[in-house]
Amino acid sequence: MSTAVANTGTEGKAWDGGNEPLKASYGKMMMWFFIVSDALTFSGFLAAYGFSRFKFIDAWPIADEVFTHVPFFHGNYPMIYVAFMTFVLIMSSVTMVLAVDAGHHLNKSKVTIYMFLTIIGGIIFVGSQAWEWGTFIKGDFGAVQTKGGNILQFVDTEGNRVALRDFVVADAHAERTQHESKNGLWFIDEGALSSYTVAEVLHGLKSHENVLVRTQIINEEGEKTVLSRVESLKQIKENARLVVEGANLQVNEYGSPLFADFFFFITGFHGFHVFSGIVINIIIFFNVIVGTYERRKSYEMVEKVGLYWHFVDLVWVFVFTFFYLV
Amino acid sequence: MAHEHKLEIFRGLLKFKSNTQKIWGVLIFLTIITAIEVVLGIVKPGWGKSMFLGMKLLNWIFIILTIVKAYYITWDFMHMRDETKGLRRMVVWTAIFLILYLVFILLQEGGYVFDVYDKGYIKRDF
Repeated sequence: MSTAVANTGTEGKAWDGGNEPLKASYGKMMMWFFIVSDALTFSGFLAAYGFSRFKFIDAWPIADEVFTHVPFFHGNYPMIYVAFMTFVLIMSSVTMVLAVDAGHHLNKSKVTIYMFLTIIGGIIFVGSQAWEWGTFIKGDFGAVQTKGGNILQFVDTEGNRVALRDFVVADAHAERTQHESKNGLWFIDEGALSSYTVAEVLHGLKSHENVLVRTQIINEEGEKTVLSRVESLKQIKENARLVVEGANLQVNEYGSPLFADFFFFITGFHGFHVFSGIVINIIIFFNVIVGTYERRKSYEMVEKVGLYWHFVDLVWVFVFTFFYLV
Repeated sequence: MAHEHKLEIFRGLLKFKSNTQKIWGVLIFLTIITAIEVVLGIVKPGWGKSMFLGMKLLNWIFIILTIVKAYYITWDFMHMRDETKGLRRMVVWTAIFLILYLVFILLQEGGYVFDVYDKGYIKRDF
């Protein structure tokens, strides 16, 4: 594949780089090797996720119960929004190939349009990812953490989840201010206070006969175990230590904190790749507009960023499977 | 045109007239696979719960469909189909070998740690 990009003056010679056994330019080959190394990085992360999951195989959060929201709609829609995000990313991959194809035909206006659409697709995806993070951090129902670090959630007698706000009443007289580093001991503070205390949760549970506790343990039907009324009260009374709302790097109301850690780290690393892909795409987009590749008579640069962009899509296909499906 | 594209997929079962047409064809195929995955993920049919080689049958299906998707993204969107054998093998075989090796070791170890917690003498649930 001869291009005007790299011209070493050794064409046709057997040595000094004149012979191209792989029929690919230097830049394209290096992009491929970068992709291999980046793929290994991502598989390291995903394999580590698999390790932690196999380690806690009987208590891992069920993804269908974690990611159930769709923007602008209320209700329980597991998977729908992620499926939409996956489709957006695949679609932007398609516009990218179309841009590469138009580049082969030296069709500047088509390359411009397709590059633009690719960038838009990428922005929609990153925006959706940010929204997904926000929902996950904010949390949904709230839960209680035990001394041993396990999460206890609340359900009604039919097994539907019950939010803390639905049965716990905050005691107005027992209000406690958040300890900040400017008061008392220097440089020592605490995280945001939860809306309720453990004592208030216990009181709420006592006064609502139909609320039960659900543990992290997955039973033989593949569902989380629900405790009896007596057991529920006993668990909260003896073991509850902390009220958890939402998820961060320390606690996670959906279950194991490791789930949240890996979610933030892997989707964050992938989102960072999408972001840098968008930036590179924008640079190439402007290069196309000012006619750099038109003068070069070669749109190989579009092809190279295309490879990177497809790789980002490829990684998402795996993240989608291992975080949301399996 | 200097850029030759191989235009058939499914081992020659489906041959497209132009590269653009092939791209749209592959998109339709990938969309169908994603739709199947999402439907199976929401419905979670009962037969999927039976165990097969240490994992639920449904999870095996998800992983196989993912690899099929990855194949078509690499081969058709990244034009791996049009590269020389040497480049293709350098990239694909290296990655696949190292990833399988790492995944095998880590999952084996994770399962072992679970067994220690489960059947051994370490108490984690206080």
